[in-house]
Amino acid sequence: MLDILVSPFMLRAFLAAAVTGLSAPAVGTYLVQRRLSLMGDGIGHICVTGVALGLLTGTSPTITAILVAAAGAFLIEVIRSTGKASGDVALALLFYGGIAGGLVLVSFAGNGAFALQGYLFGSITTISVTDVWAAVAMAAAVVLLALALLPQLFAVANDEDYARTAGLPVRAYNVLIAVLAAVTITVAMRTVGLLLVSALMVIPVATAQQFARGFRVTMLGAMVAGAVAALVGVTTSAFVDVPPGATIVLVSLVGFALTAPVGAVVQRRRRRRVPFAVEEQPDHLTVDEPHGHEHGPGCGHEAVEHGDHIDYIHGGHRHAVHGGHYDEH
Amino acid sequence: MTDHPEVLAVTDVAVAINGRPILRDVDLTVRQGEVVAVLGANGSGKSTLVKTVLGLRQPARGEVRLFGTPLADFRAWSRLGYVPQRSPVGQGVPSSVWEVVASGRVSHRRPLLPMGRTDRSAIAEALAAVGMTDRARQPVGTLSGGQQQRVLVARTLASEPDLLVLDEPNAGVDLFSQDAIAATLAARSRAGATVVVVLHELGPFEAMIQRTVVVREGRIAFDGAPDRVGALLADHGHHHLPASHGGLVPEVQAPLEGQA
Repeated sequence: MLDILVSPFMLRAFLAAAVTGLSAPAVGTYLVQRRLSLMGDGIGHICVTGVALGLLTGTSPTITAILVAAAGAFLIEVIRSTGKASGDVALALLFYGGIAGGLVLVSFAGNGAFALQGYLFGSITTISVTDVWAAVAMAAAVVLLALALLPQLFAVANDEDYARTAGLPVRAYNVLIAVLAAVTITVAMRTVGLLLVSALMVIPVATAQQFARGFRVTMLGAMVAGAVAALVGVTTSAFVDVPPGATIVLVSLVGFALTAPVGAVVQRRRRRRVPFAVEEQPDHLTVDEPHGHEHGPGCGHEAVEHGDHIDYIHGGHRHAVHGGHYDEH
Repeated sequence: MTDHPEVLAVTDVAVAINGRPILRDVDLTVRQGEVVAVLGANGSGKSTLVKTVLGLRQPARGEVRLFGTPLADFRAWSRLGYVPQRSPVGQGVPSSVWEVVASGRVSHRRPLLPMGRTDRSAIAEALAAVGMTDRARQPVGTLSGGQQQRVLVARTLASEPDLLVLDEPNAGVDLFSQDAIAATLAARSRAGATVVVVLHELGPFEAMIQRTVVVREGRIAFDGAPDRVGALLADHGHHHLPASHGGLVPEVQAPLEGQA
């Protein structure tokens, strides 16, 4: 029964799934930070035209997909950075143009329509040795660049105007992120498929950012979450007759759902501790009620910062130590 | 101070946004070591002026020079430190205070090379200068507005700039943080840095300001010592220009119609 897991086609599937699971969230973290979560989806749509071109001309759909996706990603970035008010609509035109164009093109390719299925929904178990190594190489390049250029890419994704005044070639870095996304999508189209690839770029990031306090930690956590989901998904589909691509995405979602309650607690704690804004000089309002104990570190009441002092949350009130008594803040 | 080298020079600059003239006939020279406040009402064009100086907006006419170099040829970006009014740093994926301040070092760092000791000590110093050292690992999104503004100031300090340009560092910021920011800038100024700060009202910055520039309806309406502004304007913390000063003449056509 377990023999199936070490059969050559399963090993290829594991390898392809692992590199997809690692590379998609790495790029996805930058996209989420730039609030372009759905860009992966858009490039995936454009990829359909690329795959169709490959099927129609008899060349490798991977190569045509990567070229078309990169061109599409570049175009998206140009439309976005020219800051036209209709940029959002222009992107939609590009996306649906991509998928419709692909479907029409592939209809000329005889049985190509059937082959397209494998790219739309993924076909990880029929992946060839060459395809696996190509996927490994491309994913490695994506992960290496995403990590090695983290200071620059973070600065650009974090605050574009500031990055420009720091002398960074902002547009070049934005195009780089878009092209990295295009390459990742081409890698992922054989594993989870073009229609679901965006999920693997976004969901692991959503899972990781519930707990992480920093950007780099979020990215690394998302890569772990993505790889685990991909491997669990492929393993599941080996034993149950379910499509691997969709299973990977579902496992990823289950991971998010399982961690969400814990994440909600962490988030709530963080929000409670956000310092109170300091208004004008607070009125001096002494608390009348008697205090059975003294507020202090670890007294059991939430201590929240308020300007230069601490307020203790006490039955819905904010009590601040003032000499020998408490003030209402 | 007129013999000090010019740090910032704006010559006959006009800026139009979507064909609407925002700035006109703007001339401004700031010399090394000066502390200049740019004042003006909302929509007067003071933020646009700052963005143009930083190269974030292209002037339709005129020239901007930084440290004597025309903006188009300017490459010494690490000498320039910008503190934006609002920044998206607290949104999206959580970023720690340290990470945001560390991103101020990108103007010094070469891509693909790891961070050096100089980088780390500059980041530590910048965090200490705004009193945020003990929050270095906290996500920026969980800070108060004033603390976030201090982080943005620290990010710029980390790049050790010679010219600091701040866009309304007091907007939505508590008094404690306003004082902290003003004190930090005063220290940078004593160390020889040039400071240009856009303000709605002087507040805690009043003591350090040496020169005031008032922008009104896209033109420079006043440029001189701050005490003279006080006499010029009504004195209740806000600044009002006399109705006779400047102003638009209805029959005059906008000079930049049709230019982007």
